[in-house]
Amino acid sequence: MTEERKMNKSAIQRRLIPSYIFLIIVCFISVFPIYWMLTAATNNTYDVSQGKIFFGTHAVENYHALLQRADDTLNFKGGKGLWKIMGNSFLYAGVQTILCIFICSLAGFGFELYHDKKKDRLFGVLLLAMMIPQVATLIPLFRMMSSMKLLNTVYAFILPAISTPFMIMMFRQNSRNFPPDIMEAARLDGLSEIAMFFRMYMPVMKSTYAAAAVITFMNAWNAYMWPRAVMADNRAATMQMLIANLAGGYTVDYGVLMMGVLFCSVPTMVIFFVLQKQFAEGITGSVK
Amino acid sequence: MNKKSGVTRKQEVWGWAFLAPATILIFVMSFWPMIQAFIMSLKKGPAANMVWQEPLFKNYTRILQDKTFLTSMGNTFLYLIIEVPIMLILAILLAQILNNRDLKFRGGFRTMVFMPCAVSLVSYALIFKSLFATQGLINSALMHLHIISENINWLGTTGTARAVIIMGLIWRWTGYNMVFYLAGLQNIEYSVYEAAKIDGANGWKTFWGITVPLLRPVIVMTFIMSINGTLQLFDESVNLTNGGPSNSTITMSHYIWNQSLGVGVAKFGYASALAFVVFIMVGILAFINLKVGDTRD
Repeated sequence: MTEERKMNKSAIQRRLIPSYIFLIIVCFISVFPIYWMLTAATNNTYDVSQGKIFFGTHAVENYHALLQRADDTLNFKGGKGLWKIMGNSFLYAGVQTILCIFICSLAGFGFELYHDKKKDRLFGVLLLAMMIPQVATLIPLFRMMSSMKLLNTVYAFILPAISTPFMIMMFRQNSRNFPPDIMEAARLDGLSEIAMFFRMYMPVMKSTYAAAAVITFMNAWNAYMWPRAVMADNRAATMQMLIANLAGGYTVDYGVLMMGVLFCSVPTMVIFFVLQKQFAEGITGSVK
Repeated sequence: MNKKSGVTRKQEVWGWAFLAPATILIFVMSFWPMIQAFIMSLKKGPAANMVWQEPLFKNYTRILQDKTFLTSMGNTFLYLIIEVPIMLILAILLAQILNNRDLKFRGGFRTMVFMPCAVSLVSYALIFKSLFATQGLINSALMHLHIISENINWLGTTGTARAVIIMGLIWRWTGYNMVFYLAGLQNIEYSVYEAAKIDGANGWKTFWGITVPLLRPVIVMTFIMSINGTLQLFDESVNLTNGGPSNSTITMSHYIWNQSLGVGVAKFGYASALAFVVFIMVGILAFINLKVGDTRD
């Protein structure tokens, strides 16, 4: 019996050989550019262009050159420029994440647990906003921010992104697991509606909050078109804008460029490896 | 009775209060700008002092003669038609393989396929730009393998530059879409697959006979998302090729950017007309997709 099962198992594994080969090829292609980015960050531009694919000894040099480039764009001294821009990116992404998950979860709570015909219809209207391309609202929003004197401030960065139909839908769908009965019980105990949100809904929905926070942070950190429009002052720049500038000159130092890409990718890579499950849940959002 | 309706009234008010901030923001930050974009698309002149276009729809008729925009539209659709099907089929295939419980190291494989999502669009565009530089790794590897005898100017030639953008897109988004399919497959009873195996169905048959039909709603959704995303391509066009050589790889969003907030004189009126055309395209394609996907049998 056990013999037979063993045979069976090895037969199954043999049948899977093409799958393994296919997966190994796909995984190699998926991972190699990231691996290469890491190695290139430690090589000088000559070695990079000669096709070196192993770690080199120029990491410190590239790092200092990157600090210098960042300082130059900001007119800073002493290597503080890079950290200022990193700080900008963290600030914008952090504020956007906190406000976005708060506002959208509140809306998801309202739409699902207080739902009636009118609210359902309104929800349908809000979903239409998903079809609006970013470039279509770019100019009016830019003018709006400019007339409100918000350019180069965190408000201009976050305002168009802190309420999205996707996030509201995600919270709404996941709210279906939230039992309405306990709300009735809480009401009898004299708990106010807003207290129910803070004391009951938020703790129960912890995992949805985690997924929503991860995906919102990623999106905010990676944003490029909108920040380029409204954060044009170098001192308000984000990491994405910094590295895009590094590649802009006539001669590109690939070692320094990849060092910049590395710095830009560290936060998202850490999130990816530590919170991969939440990230995947955040992407699929309301697909259930 | 009286008391009860009082409570519901209070709840009613709270319900609206909860969804008010998000709703107001979407109206002010999405719908209102969309209306403004349409109004602006009927105007001309400098941003501070725009006047009605004469005739009113001149910005729109002008689009038909705008060779660069037509090129950008062609490029965007080229990327769409080639990239989206390859990427989605690859993603479904990977999801089916990774859903097989007999497979070893599933978690590791999944993480690696998913990994490109850990880098930003700008970052990966710059990585690909470096890899495909004339003095880059791809050329030196091909030289070492004696496949080519002199360096190819990948990003300086229209055809290859477009191909690099498409490869980049497939690289960045296949794992992303696979995540949707894996989530979708988890809702399918695994016993369906085991029954198919006992019936002697091979991988190919299971793929078309079980996976694709059962995943149809998810496929429709990823299709809409991919179309939406491709029509809005911007970061890759700007950072990988900068639209070049001579605007032959530029995308619609990139061109609109150049017309409004990019280099040179800002043509807000004309750029708004272009943007409105993109909006219509996204709407039409999404609508067609929903209709096609909705044929329940």
